[in-house]
Amino acid sequence: MGNRCAVIGVGQTRYQTKRRDVSIAGLVREAALRALEDAGLTFADIDAVVIGKAPDLFEGVMMPEAYLADALGARGKPMMRVHTAGSVGGSTALVGASLIQGGVHDRVLVVAFEKQSESNATWALSTHLPFSASLVVGAGGYFAPHIREYIRRTGAPEHVGALVAVKDRKNALLNPYAHLKIPGISLEMVQSTPMLWEPIRYLETCPSSDGACAMVLSSEKAVTGTPAWVHGTAMRSEPIFRAGRDTVNPRGGQDCAADVYRQAGITDPRRELDAAEVYVPFSWYEPMWLENLGFCAEGEGWKLTESGVTALGGDMPWNPSGGVLSSNPIGASGLIRFAEAALQVRGRAGEHQVPGARRALGHAYGGGAQFFAMWIVGSDRP
Amino acid sequence: MSAGVPLTAEHVLEFPGGYTRTTGPVIGRFLTELREGRLMGVRTAGGRVLVPPLEYDPETGEPVTDEWVRVGPAGTVLTWAWVESPRPSHPLDRPFAWALVRPDGADTALVHAVDAGNVKSMRTGMRVRPDFVPGPERRGHIRDIRAFVPEVTRIVSPIRTRYRVSAGKALTRFLEGVAEGVFIGGRCDTCAKVYVPYRVSCPECGGVIAEEVNLPDTGTITTFAINNLPDPRAPEVPFVSAYVLLDGADIPMITLVGGVPAHEVRQGMRVRAVWVPPEERGMSMSNVKWFAPTGEPDAEVSR
Ligand SMILES: [Zn+2]
Repeated sequence: MGNRCAVIGVGQTRYQTKRRDVSIAGLVREAALRALEDAGLTFADIDAVVIGKAPDLFEGVMMPEAYLADALGARGKPMMRVHTAGSVGGSTALVGASLIQGGVHDRVLVVAFEKQSESNATWALSTHLPFSASLVVGAGGYFAPHIREYIRRTGAPEHVGALVAVKDRKNALLNPYAHLKIPGISLEMVQSTPMLWEPIRYLETCPSSDGACAMVLSSEKAVTGTPAWVHGTAMRSEPIFRAGRDTVNPRGGQDCAADVYRQAGITDPRRELDAAEVYVPFSWYEPMWLENLGFCAEGEGWKLTESGVTALGGDMPWNPSGGVLSSNPIGASGLIRFAEAALQVRGRAGEHQVPGARRALGHAYGGGAQFFAMWIVGSDRP
Repeated sequence: MSAGVPLTAEHVLEFPGGYTRTTGPVIGRFLTELREGRLMGVRTAGGRVLVPPLEYDPETGEPVTDEWVRVGPAGTVLTWAWVESPRPSHPLDRPFAWALVRPDGADTALVHAVDAGNVKSMRTGMRVRPDFVPGPERRGHIRDIRAFVPEVTRIVSPIRTRYRVSAGKALTRFLEGVAEGVFIGGRCDTCAKVYVPYRVSCPECGGVIAEEVNLPDTGTITTFAINNLPDPRAPEVPFVSAYVLLDGADIPMITLVGGVPAHEVRQGMRVRAVWVPPEERGMSMSNVKWFAPTGEPDAEVSR
């Protein structure tokens, strides 16, 4: 894994439908300055900047890394852009960490953003090139069949998806940065919302958010403040059109999890991790990823959700921040998972802190559930 | 004359030419500056900047000082009322807002019109700027400001990229088949998986796919979504988009399912392609109208 790496600063913007008061540059700078403030540093202390965002078509800004260099204090420094679809936020953190682990730099600023209000992500994901006859309408249209197949395989009762939707939105009420705040959210409320892509109901989907997230990553000798130590990092991808590919329990996710657990010395994630921030943009992906990430046997994920294990008061809280279901600036959503995992083990998660959290998983996935990025962070130096 | 109908007549009372108003030095200075295109306030002895200026400080009754302060011109809307149907005497002949605007640097606000176009563009706290009438038309009057207008906060940036898309050798071969009503797949030389549409390399093992396989137009629905959001390529809402595993293929195709109510579609349902008439066909997947149930018993759905 190379040299030790730590998160020493986290900065987030408040996620909301429209940030009309700032440009994209202003948005990323807001997150970056907060991360620097958290670390007690300034741009002058940063060696390199890594930026991530989802497809350029989302805002129509090509090469955002060139446009945003000034805003992120990157003049005269190495700056690069990462793009791995929806998992990009996670991959951005991992690329930044690799620059520390490889001994190239001592302090790297990683930033990811999306300003969804500048256009329409469903449009950008449904471009309908000539000669193809894809009937997939946005992400929901793509993922709904795989959720249906999960329900068929496991016999999970219909209300499990709604349980996740309620749990994550309740957690969001405790997170000052969360976008969707629905006081009084209930199972009945979720179940009364219309089916958009059956079996996915409206309130079982993520919102469309503007926002940015940033972290300052540091080598061991350059640590300031309270570090979250990186215990393992892994990325995997797999081709979307591979015969025999299991779209419900993708091999890429399993392999990625196995790799990151091995690095962190974890054999039983359910017992050995204290919290997880996992990319769940549609509610049913919580039980699906519980299985994919080895928190339980195949077919058992929905039972963990149903029994309250993943709630903030449960023994394995998933998405105490409210998760992607509550805030979704797409390109940033993965980085937020990684950052929230770091906040948990630094004891800095405020009202949604998991008491005594010492090790946490950050997870992101993207494309047709084919790109995966994960890290494990801990309060102890590995 | 019937009793009960009041006797009425129109009458206009208007001083010929209009009253004159002697401005006095304070209001006169404000209006003179306005004619120059400048928005000015006056400072009180207590240090507050009044816009529009007054001759006497409303808090103390003392004369204001002779210190003039250039304010704004941008300001903030403190509160507002939308006028959907302007009257003839209103400053604008289309919907607008009356607003209290506090120019930057002033301690008070002035009432003026905000020309925002649409009530949805109005909000308390919004930033506005005066739109002065052209210099030669200014006469030293509050209406030298036509209206306040919102600051520029967003622009529209049309981006349009034009591509020439080449189908490529493999997809062209597949579409040649589709034009004839045949699905052409390919078998991997190395791992023997059958891919459809036809492609020339195997995503599983990287092997070359040289062998073409003509697949039947029947298959099994592995899974599907019922879409309740409209799509121009679907005939109605709800519509079913399904993964159909053609008989003999190792990878499903995403396709529309029709000829059956959406809620009767099942995983494992046997379906067959419904082709458009030969004379309407081209090199396109739109040759397949959709897949419809065959009526056979359901197949078992494997993993
Ligand atoms: Zn092969």
